[in-house]
Amino acid sequence: MAKVEIRSESCKSCQYCVKFCPKGVLAVGDKVNAKGYEYVVPVNMDACIGCSICARMCPDAAIEVYK
Amino acid sequence: MARVFMKGCEAIAEAAVRAGCRFFAGYPITPQNEIPEYFARRLPEVGGSFVQGESEVASINMVYGAASTGTRSMTSSSSCGISLKSEGISYCASARIPMVFANISRGGPGVGSIHPAQQDYFQATKASGNGGFEMLVFAPATVQEAIDMTYKAFDYAQRDRNPVLILCDGVIGTMMEPVVLPEMKTDEEVAALKEANKEWACIGHGKDVKRGWIEPGHWRGQENANIEAAAMYATWEKDVQVEEYMVEDAEIVIAAYGISARTSQSAIDILRKEGIKVGLIRPMTVHPFPYASFEKLDYSKVKAILDVEMSIPAQMVYDVKQAVKDRCPIETCLRSGGEIMSRNAVLAAVRKLNEK
Amino acid sequence: MEKVYSRTTGICKDMVSGFCPGCMHGTVIKLIGEVLDEMNVMDKTAAVLGIGCCGLNMEYMTYDNTTAPHGRACAVATGIKRANPDTLVYTYQGDGDFASIGLGESVSAANRGENISVIFINNGIYGMTGGQMAPTTLLGMKASTAPKGRIAEEHGYPMHMCEILNQLTAPAYLERTSCNTPANVMKTKKAIRKAFENQLNGKGFSMVEIVSNCPTNWGLDPLDSLKFIEEKMLPEYPLGVIRDK
Repeated sequence: MAKVEIRSESCKSCQYCVKFCPKGVLAVGDKVNAKGYEYVVPVNMDACIGCSICARMCPDAAIEVYK
Repeated sequence: MARVFMKGCEAIAEAAVRAGCRFFAGYPITPQNEIPEYFARRLPEVGGSFVQGESEVASINMVYGAASTGTRSMTSSSSCGISLKSEGISYCASARIPMVFANISRGGPGVGSIHPAQQDYFQATKASGNGGFEMLVFAPATVQEAIDMTYKAFDYAQRDRNPVLILCDGVIGTMMEPVVLPEMKTDEEVAALKEANKEWACIGHGKDVKRGWIEPGHWRGQENANIEAAAMYATWEKDVQVEEYMVEDAEIVIAAYGISARTSQSAIDILRKEGIKVGLIRPMTVHPFPYASFEKLDYSKVKAILDVEMSIPAQMVYDVKQAVKDRCPIETCLRSGGEIMSRNAVLAAVRKLNEK
Repeated sequence: MEKVYSRTTGICKDMVSGFCPGCMHGTVIKLIGEVLDEMNVMDKTAAVLGIGCCGLNMEYMTYDNTTAPHGRACAVATGIKRANPDTLVYTYQGDGDFASIGLGESVSAANRGENISVIFINNGIYGMTGGQMAPTTLLGMKASTAPKGRIAEEHGYPMHMCEILNQLTAPAYLERTSCNTPANVMKTKKAIRKAFENQLNGKGFSMVEIVSNCPTNWGLDPLDSLKFIEEKMLPEYPLGVIRDK
């Protein structure tokens, strides 16, 4: 069991995390943050293995990972 | 106290070391090569650091870095080399970093002449770099003054967190005179001076302590920074230094600084014996300019001001005009481009004025 | 559950940076913060920022920093390190700062073997000022000051700074990395750590050249910019250790 927390206000929807997540946990959401970005949200949290690749790729340090 | 025979440039360097200067970066240029050479020998002796920078540009930036650690730091150059430092000086002023630099001035503009001149007055007092900042600018007329001014410049720099300039023409820089050197600051005193800067120094505070942010430009609040700096500049009237020589009954007043003042003083001694009532106002700070000395002249007695400078076109004359306003005529006696002002030229100019 | 990946303390809490979406400046400054956390040296670190988008980090990093005049970071870092040897000094510079206006200071600091660490962000373009040609712009790559693209006869060839510095005797460590894949992100972090450890051990000049992106001025979205790095930038700027004394 693992999970990620994405700080939505920092996310700029670059989609590196979406692309590199090996388990398809993340996707671009349909809500926008204060800067106008459609921030990324977990859509399949159960599949998360806590590998932290998403957090490593994130240019905005928006992600923290729990295992 | 022991007197030693020293060359201006070397005396400036020794005075800086005694004032606690522990970092120097500079590049060779005539007529100030003795300054980096002296520091190269002397700084390792006191545990300081000397770097011959790859250029004047690199050197001022090394000083910007070293000074931002709270270490007393200095650079020097001559005229066109000072031009190269413009941006770095402006950054120091903007970031409120204390540092001292010396211009051993030579003919200009451009590469000009390697011989002494006083053609950097505007650059020194009005526009050492972009942005309208100001600095205390000291103009020695003897090697002793070069020592005393350099020694105290570091205290002024520290007090104001601002660059301070020693505007020393190439004659004072290359002449040798008997001088008395100031007391050498002890290692403990030097360490304490650096410690006093610790709060703002960029040395590594970590994240839980007030950060050492050196900001040479303020993304949010440049105007506020300008207002704060301007308020500090406005306090400098108290720092004006001037020598008034035989002005009490003078009918002709010479305005001159540096070597021109030295030559003029010698001329005055001769002219006085001829019965000509001539005196000298010698700015020792060329910024702030000693307006008060001109203000208190008795213009019912003074029939002319003679501005003596080694600069064509004349530069200090504009500050003189601003000081004198329309109260009496202002004439000039000038040399330029590396030609030294002769006493005969000053004598002739004053005698001519006296006949009018 | 325990936290296995924490946000570094080297970046301001609740940071919302001004970097463009996908810009690797954010990635690198995060990695630097993580390295400083892990080495526990943040309280003796001072960063010297160049001018350009790199300079925006001034507001995001939580530790001491100064902004150098454009191109002069290696000289400023020299001054800091010589005056205060206990400080861990690193420069953070773009391609204009390091290889164009600052070329003299960069090569000279490397030649003197200054005990500093240089993080050189190479994205082949000038970002902050709107996409002008850089010394590292690829042949054929368009820029606002080379509207027909970089032409060798007119503009010369892209500069390879790791290889140029490799001609000097003094530098201790030169490596080129990127952040375009998770594996490369880890290699970048390791390289940054090595550069900092070299400084603490007094080994001398270390540089990590990071092949980075500029989605905005490349006219690409972030994911396509990763492809551009892979297909165009890396063949010109091969990754790897160029020197390790």
